[in-house]
Amino acid sequence: MALLFCLCGPALADPLDVSQSPPGASACLGCHGATETELPSLKNLSAVEIEAGMDAFRTGAREATLMNRIAKGFTPEETRAIAQWLATQGRAK
Amino acid sequence: MSLTRRTLLASSAAALAAPALAQTQGKVVVIGGGFGGASAARFLHKMGFDVTLIEPNAQYISCPFSNAVIAGLRDLSQQTFTYAALERQGIRLVRQMASKIDNSVRRVTLADGVMISYDRLVLAPGIDLNFEALPGYDEAASNLMPHAWKAGAQTLLLRQQLEAMSDGGTVIISAPANPFRCPPGPYERASLIAWYLKNHKPKSKLLILDAKDAFSKQSLFTAAWKEIYGDRVEWIGLSGGGKVTEVKAKEKIFITEFGEHKADVGNVIPPQRAGKIAISAGVADQTGWCPIDPVTFEAKLAPNIHVIGDACVGGGMPKSAFSANAQAKACAQAVAALLRGDAPTEPKLVNTCYSLVKPDYGISVAGVYAPARGLLADVQGAGGVSAANASASVRAAEAQYAEGWYKTITQEVFG
Repeated sequence: MALLFCLCGPALADPLDVSQSPPGASACLGCHGATETELPSLKNLSAVEIEAGMDAFRTGAREATLMNRIAKGFTPEETRAIAQWLATQGRAK
Repeated sequence: MSLTRRTLLASSAAALAAPALAQTQGKVVVIGGGFGGASAARFLHKMGFDVTLIEPNAQYISCPFSNAVIAGLRDLSQQTFTYAALERQGIRLVRQMASKIDNSVRRVTLADGVMISYDRLVLAPGIDLNFEALPGYDEAASNLMPHAWKAGAQTLLLRQQLEAMSDGGTVIISAPANPFRCPPGPYERASLIAWYLKNHKPKSKLLILDAKDAFSKQSLFTAAWKEIYGDRVEWIGLSGGGKVTEVKAKEKIFITEFGEHKADVGNVIPPQRAGKIAISAGVADQTGWCPIDPVTFEAKLAPNIHVIGDACVGGGMPKSAFSANAQAKACAQAVAALLRGDAPTEPKLVNTCYSLVKPDYGISVAGVYAPARGLLADVQGAGGVSAANASASVRAAEAQYAEGWYKTITQEVFG
């Protein structure tokens, strides 16, 4: 168990390779990280769910404290690319 | 990359300039281990580059949430991080001050004279407090009237002075003109000090003397002060005579164009500029800040030197920890592309910044930025501040989200 913890600890804290990340994607990680905090990790959401959530924040169909202000800065195409990249990095399903 | 392109690049100046065959494709030196520099080092190393981080301090003490330390709501240990995770990752850590940059031969000289060469340099020196800009306010004066604008001993000094102050005293904060580190910071500080006074020294007052007429999240702060702190908080802007032109540190007197204000506790947030190494390297302009290319963060005044975080200017991004971290990732991506001989792609950046008005009352500002006309310009229609008429539960949620942001970002930056 202790060994498992040791092996997992540094891996969890390791940064992602952002060299192929689409515009804006790496900024998401500033709030939505590898682990749950008061803010959700995106790991339990699928790329489709992230995209739908962002679309709803953008249009105002879904209320938010802050994400509506950020979602409006991205086109649907940019949002899709971000969601898909997060999934390829294991930060979304 | 195709063979043709590789061959083509081999004859280009860019490829010749990069003495490849290091760890992978290039050697990157990062100066400064704050939110920007430590992030850049981690993300560039993750991409396979040989990364050296030059940072004289063994520990990093973070500014976000340090206002809560001043108000006695938090311990400085919660602000303190080490570079152990970076070293574990394989980043070469050099615990020294960088004293000189000779970009013509791509070499950094350390305080002890050792030289380190680079293919590309990422400069993240943060701010220096400008001790020449405000008469009467130098480093010695900051031991009497702390700035607490770099977290650590100064943070604790201001806290101790507040704790030692008699009830009925006056706390004065002076805020500088733009640009400066953490635009909402002086006002979050005023809020949390007012919270401390309300709970521990209720006859005391707080005065903010400001060198400008408008500030970040102004309408939200102003409304919250009135609601929570009543007459305890007073703000005087530029046109009301708020600009401090001189201080007398021993007497704790702030002199403005309109008169004098005597404090029991005086907090001077002085004008700032890019860290000294940026100035001496010649990447800062006459304003004291470093203009950058909005796609690569390469300094407009020197090729191969990229400037991120508080030291850089070039558009609407505020000087915040979130900005520095986001810029570090975009910059790392661009540096990687350049070292590999690829064209950098245009980034999009985000800033999010939470402030606490009291422990369970958070407000935020957000922005999305993209390169336009040589700057990182605000994406129209996006961004802005928290709703003016939000409920107490929304304010409480934003205070919680602030905590969540801090945990996430510090884990990403320091492991």
